[in-house]
Amino acid sequence: MVVGRTGLGKSTLINTLFAAHLIDSKASKKSSDPPRQTTEIINSVTLIEENGINLKLTITDTPGYGDQVNNERCWEPIVKFVKEQYSSYLRKELTPARERRINDTRVHCILFFIAPTGHSLAPLDIAVMRKLSENSNVIPVIAKSDSLTPEERLNFKKRIKEEIEFHGIRLYPLIDTEEDYNEADRIEKQLAQQIRDTIPFAIVGSEMNVVVDGKTVRGRKTRAGIINVENEQHCEFVHLRNFLMRTHLHDMIETTASVHYENFRTKQLLALKESNGIKNTSANGNDTG
Amino acid sequence: MSHLGSVANIALMATKTHRRKAVKKGLTYTIMIVGSSGLGKSTFVNTLCESNVFPKIDYSNAEKAALEKTVRVSPVSVDMEEDGIKLALTVIDTPGFGDNIDNKGAFTDILNFIEKQYDDVLAEECRIKRNPKFQDNRVHVLLYFIPPTGHSLREMDIEFMKKLGTRTNVIPVVAKSDTMTPSELQSFKKRVNEDIAHYQIPIYNFPVDEEEDDDEVIEENNELRNLLPFSIIGSEEEVIMNGRRVRCRQYPWGTVEVDNSRHCDFSKLRYMLLSSHLHELKEITHDFLYEQYRTERLSKGLEITPAEDIGDSPYSSVQNSGQNTPSAPASPVPVRN
Repeated sequence: MVVGRTGLGKSTLINTLFAAHLIDSKASKKSSDPPRQTTEIINSVTLIEENGINLKLTITDTPGYGDQVNNERCWEPIVKFVKEQYSSYLRKELTPARERRINDTRVHCILFFIAPTGHSLAPLDIAVMRKLSENSNVIPVIAKSDSLTPEERLNFKKRIKEEIEFHGIRLYPLIDTEEDYNEADRIEKQLAQQIRDTIPFAIVGSEMNVVVDGKTVRGRKTRAGIINVENEQHCEFVHLRNFLMRTHLHDMIETTASVHYENFRTKQLLALKESNGIKNTSANGNDTG
Repeated sequence: MSHLGSVANIALMATKTHRRKAVKKGLTYTIMIVGSSGLGKSTFVNTLCESNVFPKIDYSNAEKAALEKTVRVSPVSVDMEEDGIKLALTVIDTPGFGDNIDNKGAFTDILNFIEKQYDDVLAEECRIKRNPKFQDNRVHVLLYFIPPTGHSLREMDIEFMKKLGTRTNVIPVVAKSDTMTPSELQSFKKRVNEDIAHYQIPIYNFPVDEEEDDDEVIEENNELRNLLPFSIIGSEEEVIMNGRRVRCRQYPWGTVEVDNSRHCDFSKLRYMLLSSHLHELKEITHDFLYEQYRTERLSKGLEITPAEDIGDSPYSSVQNSGQNTPSAPASPVPVRN
C-alpha cells in the first residue's frame, strides 16, 4: 500500500518499481477531469512471474490525503481498509468449512511517503504514521528526493529517524527480542540493523527513459542534469526495490501474519468474548484458537 | 466604469515612471511571504535580499518540532538599494502556515493582520490632526508559495488565495521548482493557471491598457503574465564557476543556478518585485484594494477609533464629509485585457 499526500510521486514510484504502468498518476489528469474522491482506495492486482516464482501483487493506492484545510481524521479510511482485510481473513479462518488456502488480501507493507521539505516531520505525517504502524508494517520513504542535495538528504534522514524515535513509532523491522542463540539470529539482527540505518529510503521515480552512457535507463532529465533512478549515488531506489522484492518480501508477509494479524485477532476475539459474556449467551466454542 | 478608469490612469502613470526621486529614508514597501513549511520561503527571502534576513532555524530538536504551532506573522525590516533607489523593505514571513492538521485558523490570523494595517491607515486618515511620521505598514504584495506537486492546486491553496486576493496583490509562485523537469513545470503551470481561471482566484496578473500603455510596457507585462506562476529556486550557497560567483544548488547529477533565467524565474520575479512593478503594486494597494476595504468598513457603519484620541471624534468627520464613495467593482484587480 502506498500512503502519502498528493503529488509525492506514489503512483509513479509503483510504476517504476515494477517497470510497468500499473496505476494512472494524478499528474496526467486535466483540470476538467472529475477529481478523484478523497476516500477512494484503489486496488490494482498484477501477476508477476520471475525465475519461476509466481507473485500475486496487489497495489493499494490511497489518493488525496492531507489536501484539505482541515485534515482531521484523514487517516481513518486508510486504517479502516487495513483492518477490514484482517477482519475478512479472520472470518474466513473461523468458518467451520473453510478453504484450504485463504485468499490473503492483508496489507503486508505500507510505504509511507514523506515530503522532501528538509525540515522535520509535519504533525499530520506523525499522526498518520503512528496509526498505520499500529496495524501493519510501515516503511517510510523520502519522496522526490532529487529536490535535496546530498548534504540536505543526510541531515533530513537523521532528523526523521530522531523524530520517529521520539514519538515512539514502531516501524518495520520491529525490534526483535534479544535472542542471540546462534549465528543465524545474529545475522538476522545485523540485517535488521542495516535496514534501520537505511530507512527512510530516499527515492526518485520515473516512467520516462533517459540515455546514460549509451544505456537506456529510467530517469529524469532536469535543467541541472540527468538523474538515473538506478544510480545509487543519485537515490536509493535500487535499495528499496531489493528490500521489497527480494530480501524482505517473505519476512514482511510473515510479520504481518504472525504479529499484526495476531494482534488484531486477539483483540477481536477478546472483544467478542466480552460482548458474548455481557449478553449472557452460551460461549462460542470456536473462540479460542 | 469611471472609477476603474481613474485607477487605470494612476497605475499607468506608475508604470510609465519607473524611477522616482530617491526618497531620503527609502521607499516603504511590504512583502508578505506565505506557504507551508519547508517550501524554501526563508531561503527565498535571503536570496532576494542578498543577506541573512531569516536565519536558518535549528530543526534538530524533535520535541520542539512535534509541537503544533499557531501561525506567526513575523515582520523584519531590511534596508536595500535597488537600481539606485533606496528601499525600506519590510518582509513578513508566516511560519507555521499550513502545518497543522486543521488549518482554518491560519486564514483568519493572516487576514486579520492585513486588515489591521488597513484599519490603522483608515484611523489615521480619519484623524483630525494627522501624524506626519505615520508608518504605513500595509502589505503591498503577497507571494504565495505553491508546493511542486506536479498536479494542481490544493483546496487550501484555492481557499487561501481567494480570500487574500481581495485584500492584497497575490502573486503565486512555484516553490522548489528544480524538483520538476522543464516539461513537468510547463504542465504544472498550465494546470495551475487553469485552476486559477476556473475558481476565479483574484491574483495580480500584470494588467495592461491596450490603448494607453506603450508597446514596450504591454509586451513586458504580457511576458510576465505568461510566466505566472513564477518558478523559483533559492540558495544561500555560492560557488565559483568560470571565475564568477554563482548562487546555485549542487546535485550529484549537475548544478542548478538561481539567477539563470533558463533554470527558473527568480531573476525576473526579483526585478519585477523590487524595480519595475513596485510602484504599480503600491498604487493598486492604495488606490484600489484599500479603497474597497474602506468602503466596506464605512458602509457597515463601524466605529473607527484611532490609537490616540485627540479629543475629537474622527468618525463624525467622515460621516459629514461629502466624499464620493466609489462603487466597488466586481473584481478586485482591474483586469483591462
